[in-house]
Amino acid sequence: MKKIMGKKVTAICAAVFMAASLMACGSSTATSSVSSAASTPAQSSAADAATSAAATSAAVTSAAASSAAASSAAATAASGASTAAASGSVIASGSSALLPLAQAAAQDYMKANPNSSVVVNGGGSGTGLKQVSDGSVDIGNSDVFAAEKLDAKSAAALKDHEVCTITMAPVVNKSLGISNLTTAQLVSIFTGKTKNWKEVGGSDEAIMLVTRPDSSGTRALFKKWALGGAEEASNSALETDDSGTLLQTVQDNKGAIGYVALSYLVNAQNVQAVSIDGVAPTLENTNNGKYKVWGYEHMYTKGDGSAQAQAFISYITGSDFAAKLEAMGYGTASKLSSDAVSAHK
Amino acid sequence: MKKLNWKDLSKEYFWRGLVTFCGLLIIILTLAISLFLIVKGTGTFVKYHHSVLEFLFSSDWDPMDSASEYGGKVGAAVYICGSLITCGLALLIAMPFSLAAAVFMTEISPRIGTKLIQPAVEIFVGIPSVVYGWIGLTILVPFIRNVFHAQMGGFSVLAAGIVLAIMIFPTITTVSADAIRSVPEMYRIAAYGMGSTRWQVIHAIVLPAARTGIYTGVILGLSRAFGEALAVAMVIGKTRAFPKNILSPTNNLTSAIASDMGNTASGGEYNLALWTMALFLFLISMLFILLIHVVARKKQEKETA
Repeated sequence: MKKIMGKKVTAICAAVFMAASLMACGSSTATSSVSSAASTPAQSSAADAATSAAATSAAVTSAAASSAAASSAAATAASGASTAAASGSVIASGSSALLPLAQAAAQDYMKANPNSSVVVNGGGSGTGLKQVSDGSVDIGNSDVFAAEKLDAKSAAALKDHEVCTITMAPVVNKSLGISNLTTAQLVSIFTGKTKNWKEVGGSDEAIMLVTRPDSSGTRALFKKWALGGAEEASNSALETDDSGTLLQTVQDNKGAIGYVALSYLVNAQNVQAVSIDGVAPTLENTNNGKYKVWGYEHMYTKGDGSAQAQAFISYITGSDFAAKLEAMGYGTASKLSSDAVSAHK
Repeated sequence: MKKLNWKDLSKEYFWRGLVTFCGLLIIILTLAISLFLIVKGTGTFVKYHHSVLEFLFSSDWDPMDSASEYGGKVGAAVYICGSLITCGLALLIAMPFSLAAAVFMTEISPRIGTKLIQPAVEIFVGIPSVVYGWIGLTILVPFIRNVFHAQMGGFSVLAAGIVLAIMIFPTITTVSADAIRSVPEMYRIAAYGMGSTRWQVIHAIVLPAARTGIYTGVILGLSRAFGEALAVAMVIGKTRAFPKNILSPTNNLTSAIASDMGNTASGGEYNLALWTMALFLFLISMLFILLIHVVARKKQEKETA
């Protein structure tokens, strides 16, 4: 009898827990952050070896970085800021293009500041902006300016931090033998007018477009700077929001073409990045203004944001982290030449 | 007469209250979700003045993704059509296998059925959908590309249909098997007594008698297929066009919602159009549930008659 009672009690207790967690679902970001915060320290220790190596090279590059023309947000990034021992927690969400960098930065930051916790979630730029705007996260990551996704009033309440630049490169299959396209050819391919590679000097192979969903920040960026505003042919293209899937598809299909951020090409040896009008998609060409297809990655805070959020943003834009940032394929905003900045207005 | 024990009594009321509360919470939650979906989903029609007919039957999809501007087009016919075609195909593929498996494990070889097939089918149910999607992406899609020389690299209606078929196979099988098992033994004995072969018993007596249960399984399977997002999204190609044939890619409702929801401006035309899709999915699944009840009631009437 006692045994049965015991079983009943545990079952009911379980029910209560489930009910409680259901009620907590209203603030889902809060609950998920707790669980992911708990798991991150373990991950960060694994990255120890890699980051200590990066840190030494960071010291070398920091001098060069500080001498270059600095953008507004990067200027506030003092290398000492991260040592000002911030404690407490920061929650960020949004852009999937910025996610790998923000997560790497969060790990390093927590190692430097053991009392702090930084949790970075994905969700997309729209989600990030909405959540920072309504106060459910401290930092909203976005590929696009807040004014493009929020109404004017909410957008005005947010402060933009341009933490890095991201460069987009068209990619094709290695065996296709195409390594350069003109802007006109690129537009013609992505709008679906050119249907075979032989029309642009390649072999007789049908072109297979692999693009991004309409709402993707990556797509918006590519449309604006690579295609001159021309709309991609969604009705004859495969679509994926996942850069890994895109690379795999390009790898598997000889006639495929897509575009990814440089950060996804660092470790991808099996696809060919395509130059546009003879300019190779590299960080150098982005910084000196020759290569146009890049954009800022934004971290938005509500007003100035909490002290912890500011400290984290300072860290990610700071010179200590710059080497790692570039090793991951992102660009330091402060290294952009004035040509690059003015051409991108 | 024992004295009234307040401790026991309060315990009684406490647990009763708790259980009632939990039960009510589920009802409230369901109602809240429905209400939320209806409010958000009708925004396309109420706030942005699109017609329901445009949403359902136009294939012109170009909603504005901005919090303040609107005036795009919200024709979701491609997505709706994609969902219907892939589910239909999945059912077509899964149906023969499910029925055969159900018949085999109940009528032909119940011992192997309960010892081997039943557990195998149950394992199927437990496999997460991302695994199905991944297998589809790495094995099925290249297979279709190489064997059928599909235009868009193997991403196709066929791939989505097969993945979905594998996913709904266990649902239909288990429900059908239960239905077949519940056919009274007398029916079979009577049929055998009249000189029927086993096949005659199965197709002329058992299957017709278990029909309503099998329908329930089919509807349950369909509603799972209709709501599946991840696995389908990985293999369907997400091309916004009606499929030309079974080997060309298309898009469906769940994939569109999953890939665009996070990126769009909250409350904007694009965002609300996606909510309308979600509402549409919700209504479809309600319809399926309603169908199950209708079928079950028919069965009851028949049995009591």
